[in-house]
Amino acid sequence: MSARLTRDNVAKVADLARLNLTDAELERYTEQLGAVLDHAEDVASLDLDGVPPTAHPLPLVNVLREDVVVEGVDRDEVLSQAPSVEDRRFRVPAILGEEP
Amino acid sequence: MTTLPSTALEIAAAVRSGQLSALEVLNDHLARIDARDGEINAFNLVMADQARAAATAVDARVAAGEDPGALAGVPLALKDNLCTRGIPTTCSSRILEGWRPPYDATVVQLVNAAGAVSIGKTNLDEFAMGSSTENSAFGPTRNPRDTGRVPGGSSGGSAAAVAAGFAPISLGSDTGGSIRQPAALCGVVGVKPTYGMVSRYGLIAFASSLDQIGPFSTTVADSALLLEAIAGHDGRDSTSIDAPVPSLLESLGRGVDGLRVGLVTELMGEGIAPDVAARVRQAADALAAGGAQIGEVSVPAVAYGLSAYYLIAPAEASSNLARYDGVRYGMRVDAPTTAEMNAATRTAGFGEEVKRRIMLGTYALSAGYYDAYYGKALKVRTLIVRDFERAYADFDLLLTPTSPTTAFKFGDKTADPLSMYLNDICTIPTNLAGHPAMSVPFGGGSDGMPVGVQLLAPALGEPTMFRAAAVLEAAAPALDEVWS
Repeated sequence: MSARLTRDNVAKVADLARLNLTDAELERYTEQLGAVLDHAEDVASLDLDGVPPTAHPLPLVNVLREDVVVEGVDRDEVLSQAPSVEDRRFRVPAILGEEP
Repeated sequence: MTTLPSTALEIAAAVRSGQLSALEVLNDHLARIDARDGEINAFNLVMADQARAAATAVDARVAAGEDPGALAGVPLALKDNLCTRGIPTTCSSRILEGWRPPYDATVVQLVNAAGAVSIGKTNLDEFAMGSSTENSAFGPTRNPRDTGRVPGGSSGGSAAAVAAGFAPISLGSDTGGSIRQPAALCGVVGVKPTYGMVSRYGLIAFASSLDQIGPFSTTVADSALLLEAIAGHDGRDSTSIDAPVPSLLESLGRGVDGLRVGLVTELMGEGIAPDVAARVRQAADALAAGGAQIGEVSVPAVAYGLSAYYLIAPAEASSNLARYDGVRYGMRVDAPTTAEMNAATRTAGFGEEVKRRIMLGTYALSAGYYDAYYGKALKVRTLIVRDFERAYADFDLLLTPTSPTTAFKFGDKTADPLSMYLNDICTIPTNLAGHPAMSVPFGGGSDGMPVGVQLLAPALGEPTMFRAAAVLEAAAPALDEVWS
């Protein structure tokens, strides 16, 4: 995994992350993220066969509660904080390439 | 204004007994903020009106013969990633500017119920990503001990607020050292509790398997007081530990006689400034003088902690921050389609470090790289947990520096993200293991800036950790004690 991060990698990742980068930013991030990943080579090069992963510090189990109605967050209060609302719902621009 | 008591314990006792009014205490602290926060910039928002109402309510309860609670009338500052209902909560990000949460975080409810007076929301590195508070969209916080230096981060505002006397106690969050490192750099006490001890409900998520809320204070006892008030099971956080809250204040006077304390060899050599390492050895001597047995212990996997953390935390962050899409809250930059609106909003709303971490995490999780980076990092996390288990078979507590250096100057590390990340080498391993740790001020470095020493304990080891912290506090050299 010593292949250096490329500008194309970063452009693809920015697209996946929904970020628009300028050429100068692409250049800078390629350099900076490459340096961090180079540092991470100490981990990437370890032989860890047979070691189980730890995704979480606690031995978690699903937590269930009684199926009783409790008061939730106030709908109008939530909607009052949204950038755009229509008919008590969040409003967004076209999703499938059509005008709304 | 120096006639008022300065610690939370003293203030609460005086307010509960009717000797001191909460409003008087509040006004004194608001005056200090007025006088100096223009320079320090610890606060994103000072909640003067809400605080006056809360203090008046506390005074009314005392007048009515009621007990307002363990934090009665104590001004408290909240990191601005803790949700406060109806009060702007920004994470020091443009993307949440102006957002008013529809609910209070559990810790906010708890401190209010205990009679504390929330005085304001403190500055942080945007979304808690950083070690200097230079990444805030609202300008950096300055270190009250030397305003040419950073306060540390990400909870730099909460640390500076306590160090500057704006509030005796504050709350921060710690994902890789974000409470302990600024506590060390500002010369105050800061605690990261065991993962799950404090509810994360209403803490805006950065890296969910690492984030934990904890206290800042000027004294060890005040951190014990505040941690007791916020700890406990919460049905709204599925990772909350369902166990009784240990008594911390009671443990403070018990000393360290017979405790086994290990100096972590990997965190005492290369990369640690010699003056900081010398203070840690001096702290070990102080514990030995109290009857503790001091030894050296190797925790080899901590050497990989930084790399594992800077894959795991950004991976979790890239997922958590996907929610900022311009739909439900915060800012929106309009565009013809939703996908374009999402990208335009995120591009305009997130700062440079947040974008860097989102991309790093997205890359680490992406097809073809998952096994090499994120998958490996999770296995390293197992090694760290195992190495700590081995260390705690022989030792009750571990002792390390909190930060490799004292507070650095503005701009020193901003051009090189990796050099900033290296500031977290001593604090990160405990987050990966889910263990508690705390920073206790212990004299100054050769530059006269505060040094913090870090105590580490196994999960739920807070009572033992606080015993040792109290001993270190009592033995700490004065900040201006000359170096020999």
